[in-house]
Amino acid sequence: MLNRQGRATQPGEAASAVVHPTFTGNRALQQEEALIFEFGRLDATGVDVDEPVAFTSRLGGLERRDGIGLPGLSEPEAMRHYVRLSQKNYGIDTGVFPLGSCTMKHNPRLNERMARLPGFGDVHPLQPVSTVQGALELMDTLAAWLLELTGMPAVALSPKAGAHGELCGMMAIKAAIAHKGEAGTRRTVLVPDSAHGTNPATAALIGFTVKPVPVRADGTVDPESVRALAGPDTAAIMLTNPNTCGLFEPDVVEIAEIVHAAGAYFYCDGANFNAIVGKARPGDLGVDAMHINLHKTFSTPHGGGGPGSGPVVLSDRLAAFAPVPFVVRTADGFRLVESEADAAGQGAQPFGRLTAFHGQMGMFVRALSYMLSHGADGMKQASEDAVLNANYVRACLADLLSQPFGDRPCMHEALFDDSWLKDTGVSTLDFAKAMIDEGYHPMTVYFPLVVHGAMLIEPTESESKASLDLFIAALRDLAMAAKRGDAERFTGAPYHAPRKRLDETRAARQPILRWTPPEPVRDAAE
Amino acid sequence: MRYLPLSNIERADMLARIGVASIDDLFADIPADKRRAGLADLPTRKTEMEVERLLGRMAARNTAASAAPFFVGAGAYKHHVPATVDHLIQRSEFLTSYTPYQPEIAQGTLQYLFEFQTQVAALTGMEVANASMYDGSTACGEAVLMAHRVTRRRKAVLSGGLHPHYAEVVRTLSRMAEDEVVTLAPDVSATEDLLAAVDRETSCVVVQTPDVFGNLRDLSALAEKCHAEGALLVAVFTEALSLGLVTPPGHMGADIVVGEGQSIGNGLNFGGPYVGLFATRQKYVRQMPGRLCGQTVDADGNRGFVLTLSTREQHIRRDKATSNICTNSGLCSLAWTIHMSLLGSAGLSRLARLNHVNAVKLHEALESLPEVEVLNASYFNEFTLRLKTPAAAVVEALAARGIMAGVPVSRLLPGAGLDDLLLVASTEINTDEDRAALVAGLKEHA
Repeated sequence: MLNRQGRATQPGEAASAVVHPTFTGNRALQQEEALIFEFGRLDATGVDVDEPVAFTSRLGGLERRDGIGLPGLSEPEAMRHYVRLSQKNYGIDTGVFPLGSCTMKHNPRLNERMARLPGFGDVHPLQPVSTVQGALELMDTLAAWLLELTGMPAVALSPKAGAHGELCGMMAIKAAIAHKGEAGTRRTVLVPDSAHGTNPATAALIGFTVKPVPVRADGTVDPESVRALAGPDTAAIMLTNPNTCGLFEPDVVEIAEIVHAAGAYFYCDGANFNAIVGKARPGDLGVDAMHINLHKTFSTPHGGGGPGSGPVVLSDRLAAFAPVPFVVRTADGFRLVESEADAAGQGAQPFGRLTAFHGQMGMFVRALSYMLSHGADGMKQASEDAVLNANYVRACLADLLSQPFGDRPCMHEALFDDSWLKDTGVSTLDFAKAMIDEGYHPMTVYFPLVVHGAMLIEPTESESKASLDLFIAALRDLAMAAKRGDAERFTGAPYHAPRKRLDETRAARQPILRWTPPEPVRDAAE
Repeated sequence: MRYLPLSNIERADMLARIGVASIDDLFADIPADKRRAGLADLPTRKTEMEVERLLGRMAARNTAASAAPFFVGAGAYKHHVPATVDHLIQRSEFLTSYTPYQPEIAQGTLQYLFEFQTQVAALTGMEVANASMYDGSTACGEAVLMAHRVTRRRKAVLSGGLHPHYAEVVRTLSRMAEDEVVTLAPDVSATEDLLAAVDRETSCVVVQTPDVFGNLRDLSALAEKCHAEGALLVAVFTEALSLGLVTPPGHMGADIVVGEGQSIGNGLNFGGPYVGLFATRQKYVRQMPGRLCGQTVDADGNRGFVLTLSTREQHIRRDKATSNICTNSGLCSLAWTIHMSLLGSAGLSRLARLNHVNAVKLHEALESLPEVEVLNASYFNEFTLRLKTPAAAVVEALAARGIMAGVPVSRLLPGAGLDDLLLVASTEINTDEDRAALVAGLKEHA
């Protein structure tokens, strides 16, 4: 049909299935984008800085003599470059991001606004403490919330991420062991096979020997396995709870008792704390140390791989060994204890310092903003909804996908294996890549290692029922396609992403880790 | 609750679909005597407005750097960050994405990491850089561990000019890993004899330039000595902007260069999050900690980027990994790379010169004061003053007058007998009025 100007108002008859190559390689909103080194200019800049007047140099003869060789961009070029790059990324705001063990929940923008208040974002860590009382109050308030949520007596705020928190907790344990004169004998750390890789890496980093604990057939840790391994050489167990199979360790209290009876400590990996906030407290379960990923449970943005924040709660047995710095409340206001000597005056025996300054303040503000917004009632509801959503996904896929530990409720993430894909010619990875074509970020794949071809789905509490229903329908359609032999839909996937499948082997065999000019480029600054 | 989409009717429907009677049936694995009904001791939910009011009140109790003549440095620096940077890092697709495990839908993150690595390598004068660390101090700790792996030795020597927090981080890590550390005495005037401290047991020497007292150091002779003894030279910086004007460690023979990148693209944030920079020689790349982004091609032969050399890392190697690091400082490295792309070499060196000029101007203004003495023979944008009275009291007195004078050395090195020393930084933000205010304040109180 034509309108009055003779323009067609309906699509033409051309075969819509044909993909026409474009001159630019662009596909409408999806723009190809060169590296800045390929289109920036060495004399260009997007920041106006006045050229300083003549001055006496005090550089002691160490002036930089090369031209550095970094091209610059004007502001509009920079804006377009990074906006186009952003459009090649999938985020929580794009769609369902069910990455198991990573808790990709909604990142409230109120938190961003709060973190950017000049009183938080524009404050130097070494300003006089009289000028940062509100910042210290914020840290103290966050600490109080964390202690109440976990039922623990002490917290170290400074660790910069989850793995850094693990390091903090294990260092406190090592210090406590040394304090008891057992540094020479207690050198083994028990780590279940299902643990995150960071657990054994952390233990090994500070000189412990890692002893694996087998996981029993139901995906949890058998206290008898722990009893058989725990002894006078045991320093600690590192147990994730809820564990990486998405299950609450039903014998966690008994495991804690066994470990304590052996004279060792219980480190809990708190990566999955989002499942149990307001439902159970680690302090009631016998935990001695647990890190809390503020970027998981308390919604601070993952930012493409950080920054994180990993405060560690500590039991009475470990509290004295917490690192500097820490905040104390005095009659005159808040004070920072920054040195070991000062800490000793407070009756503490800190094991040392983990980082310059006081930790990830920007994340503290965001996490507290989340906590205040939810309140006690909202956080309990969030955990319940996270668990409800995961179980809903699990229940709606149970007839098509296979569950390694039987048809039983999970916590905040649903785990499937790949036995249902047997003889289809489709692997877990293929299935994940086909999800990309359907507009979803894949779930965590091939983790935990104890489950073959693992698919770990964590929808979080942020998904609506309508969103989950569509997600489930898409996964069911994919599963049925795999089962009926439509392998091509999977093995070549993704077909619709900014890139087809990337050659990771080639990247590792011939590493190209930086851009190098195709031919020598003369630096205009020289 | 505004962040939770499920309605009670939906919750009931979903429980029915799952086949349980109540939500608590899903928590049945928690031992009954450990289950909690809620969090009675904490307040209930708040509206957006209430949270803003509450946190706004706390924020208002702090003096923001931009609200005062500001000369505080010692490892974190107040610089102007272009508005573009903060806008772009809040793009949803950057802010709410994850570590790029699925590269086909994470090319945005991966490409900027590749650009970041290239820029860090060029800035430090090194061959390769990783995709960032938590911050400068933890990067420093990781550099020492890496040097131990490369040299198969276990003794680090720390310069007395290394930022005391960085030295404490290294000593803590080394004490726990049961490695040896030798720390030289605080070296206010960069006259320590580091060469004499290097022997055949030394894995690495860790030296900072500009050092914590602001002195610039020529590392060439030290690098030669290290290499003659089979040790590595680890060079540290806490002011990344200095590399826009000062000979980078990579041009002076350093084997590993680490530092704090906060100055470029990132705000003060009361100490974090910041962005650690980590660069080294190509031959050591497989001993590096942290994430690395590499170039490759996709199934159609188009250029693309992936995380690579992950066989070094904890999720593959577990207890044999080069580091336990999982997270890096993604969004802060994005801010860094955007700011660096806006600056380019031309803007960077101009900005660095402006910083140096402002420090020189401050130095010249202070020379008229008999109460203070500038101790540095060289510096970039920060130097050390000797006062006639304890610096901490002077800083407090000036803070009461609304002037942020700097960092008393006693705050970083309590009990070291350096109570009369004050570190003063001057960046592009400082005006003539700021300098006049500081000089007047010091005249009265120092």
